[in-house]
Amino acid sequence: MTTDIAPVLADAQDRTPPSRPAERRLRRALRPGAGRQHHAGPLAYVLLGFAALVSLFPLYWTMVAASTTNTRITQSPPPFLPGPNLFKNLGKAWTDAAMGQAMMNSLIVAGVIALSTVFFATLAGFAFAKLRFKGRNALLMLVIGTMMVPPQLGVVPLFMMMADLGWGQKLPSVIFPTLVSAVGVFFMRQYLKEALPDELIEAGRIDGAHSLRIFWSIVLPIARPPMAVLFMITFVHAWNDFFWPFIALDMTNPTVPVALSQLSAGYVRDQSVIMAGALLGTLPLLAMFLVFGRQIVGGIMQGAVKG
Amino acid sequence: MATSTPAAPTGGQPHPASAAPPGKGGAGGGSSQQSRRNIIHRFDLKGMPYGFIAPFFLIFGAFGLYPLLYTFWISLHRVELSTMHTREWRGLANFTELLKDDLFWNALTNTFTIGVISTVPQLLMALGLAHLLNYRLRGSVFFRVAALVPYATSIGAAALVFTMLFERDFGMVNWALGAVGIDGIDWSSEKWPAQFAISTIVIWRWTGYNALLYLASMQAIPRDLYEAAAIDGASRWQQFRTVTIPGISATIIFTIVLSTIGATQLFGEPLIFGQGPNGVSGGADNQYQTLGLLLYEEGWKNYQMGRASAIAWAMFLILILIFVLQRVIGRVTSRKS
Repeated sequence: MTTDIAPVLADAQDRTPPSRPAERRLRRALRPGAGRQHHAGPLAYVLLGFAALVSLFPLYWTMVAASTTNTRITQSPPPFLPGPNLFKNLGKAWTDAAMGQAMMNSLIVAGVIALSTVFFATLAGFAFAKLRFKGRNALLMLVIGTMMVPPQLGVVPLFMMMADLGWGQKLPSVIFPTLVSAVGVFFMRQYLKEALPDELIEAGRIDGAHSLRIFWSIVLPIARPPMAVLFMITFVHAWNDFFWPFIALDMTNPTVPVALSQLSAGYVRDQSVIMAGALLGTLPLLAMFLVFGRQIVGGIMQGAVKG
Repeated sequence: MATSTPAAPTGGQPHPASAAPPGKGGAGGGSSQQSRRNIIHRFDLKGMPYGFIAPFFLIFGAFGLYPLLYTFWISLHRVELSTMHTREWRGLANFTELLKDDLFWNALTNTFTIGVISTVPQLLMALGLAHLLNYRLRGSVFFRVAALVPYATSIGAAALVFTMLFERDFGMVNWALGAVGIDGIDWSSEKWPAQFAISTIVIWRWTGYNALLYLASMQAIPRDLYEAAAIDGASRWQQFRTVTIPGISATIIFTIVLSTIGATQLFGEPLIFGQGPNGVSGGADNQYQTLGLLLYEEGWKNYQMGRASAIAWAMFLILILIFVLQRVIGRVTSRKS
C-alpha cells in the first residue's frame, strides 16, 4: 500500500550526503515533524481505539441483543454480554421474519448485479481508457454526469415500466435498473488508463488480434484486481440498497433491507428476534469484510485518489 | 480521428502504429482477401469501441435516462397509482400546489436540518480520523477495516440497532445519560432529539468511508511540501491547515457533493426509525419527514404519482441550486483570498 512507499522515499533522500553538518542537523530535526512520516503517539492510539469502538459497538450489541430474551433487553442496565438464546432467535428470525428468503433474494440480486456491473464496466472502461473513437470525451462526460443524478428522480416511471413488463414485486425489477453503474465504468477506466500499457495493445494488434480478443486475452487478466474490488463494492451496495427495492418489492418477496424495514414496522414484536434479523442481514457482508477487508479498503482508497 | 481526440494517449506510442493494419505495405498478392481483412480491421478499430460502451448506454438509457425524463412528463399530469395509464393534463399545477403545501415545506426544512446536522459533523470527524490514520501506525489495517465496517451494514440493520439504542424507556443512550444524572430524552416524538438520533445513524455509517477517501488523497500529498512548511517554521496544526487541507481540497469537495446528494435522498433511516405507520409520515407530527418520505407517501400511500414526480423534480432542482450556490460561493471566496 501507499504507506509503505514513504520510508523508501525517505531512505533515498537520506542517502544523498548532506554537504554541511548544520544542514544534516536541520534535516534530522525536521524529519519527525514532516507529516505522514510521523509515528502515532499514545493519544492517536487512544482516539483511534475509541473510533474503532464506536464503529464496532453497535454490531457487537446487535449480537448481544440477538442472544438474550425480550425481557432482558428492556431491563436496566441493558445487557452487555451475550446470552444463551442466539440460535433460537436466529431461527425465529429466519422463519417468522422471512429472513431466509430475503437473504436468498439478496444473494441473487447482489450477485447478478455485481457480476454484470463488473463485466460491463470493464468493457466500457477499457474503451474509454485505451480505444480511440469519435465523441469519446463527450460520452465520458455523460457517464460522469449521470453519477450526480439522484435515483429518486426515476422511480415513478420505473415503477410503471416494471408493472407493464410484468416484473412487479419480482426480482428482475430490482436487478435490471442497476445492471450497469457509471461509477464502475469510471473506476475501471481510471485503473486501466494507468495499469494497461499501450504497448501491450499495440503488440496484440500487430499479432492480428481484434479488439474483443485483446479484451479477452490482455485486458481481463490485467484488470483482475480492480475487478475483484469493484465486485465487492458493488455487492455491498446492491445488498444494502433500500429505496428502490422498498418500492419495487413487497413482504412476500423481499430483499434483506426490505425485510428488515418490516421488522421494525411490527411484523415481529420480540425485540431480540428483531435484532437477530438485523444480525442475519449483516452477517454475509461482515464475513466478506473479515476475509477481504483489506482489499475493499484499498479499492475505496484507490478510487478516491484517482477520482 | 487523431484530431478529434486531442487528450487521448497518455504514454507509449500514439496513433500511427495502431492505425496501420497488419500486412499493409507488406508484400503484395492476395489483394481481395487483404482488402476484406482491411475492412474488418477498420471496422474493428472504428466500430468496436462503440460496441464496448453500448451495453452501458443501452441499459442506462432504458432504466436510467428514460425514466428520468419521463418523470418530468408525469409531473405535469394527474396520474393515479391504480390507473397508471390514464393521464389528465395539469400543466404546472402539481408544482404550484407543492409550493402551497405545508407538508412540502416541512419536509424540505427537515431534509435540510437533518442534512446539516449529519453531514457537517460527519465530514469534520472523517477529516480528523483520516489525519490519525495517516500517522505511521501499528495495526493500521485493523483501524481502517474497523472504520469501514459501518459502511457495510445495511441501512435496515443500522436503523434497527440505533432505534433500540435510542429507545425512550430501556434504550442504552438514556440509560447512559441517566448514569450521569441526565433525565431520559424522548428520542422519537420530539423534533430535535429525533432528528439528532436519525443523523447519528447517518454519521455512524458514513464517517469511516469518507475518512478513507481523505486518507487516500492525504497520502498523495508530496512529502517535501511538509518539509518546506516545517522549514518555514509551521507548527503541526499550521501544516495541517496550510498543506493537508489545500492538498485534499478536491476530495473534500467530492465528499461534500456525495453527502449532499445522500442527504437530499435520505429515506431508509427515518422510515425505519419511525417504526411502522409513523415511518412514512416521519413521526406523528411529521417532525422528521424528509422529501424522500414525502415522495413515497404521495405516490404510494396517497396514490398521486403526478405529485410524487413533481417532488422528485423539486429534489433535483434543489440539488442543482445547491451546487450552483456552492460554486458561486467557492468562486467568491477564492477571489477574496
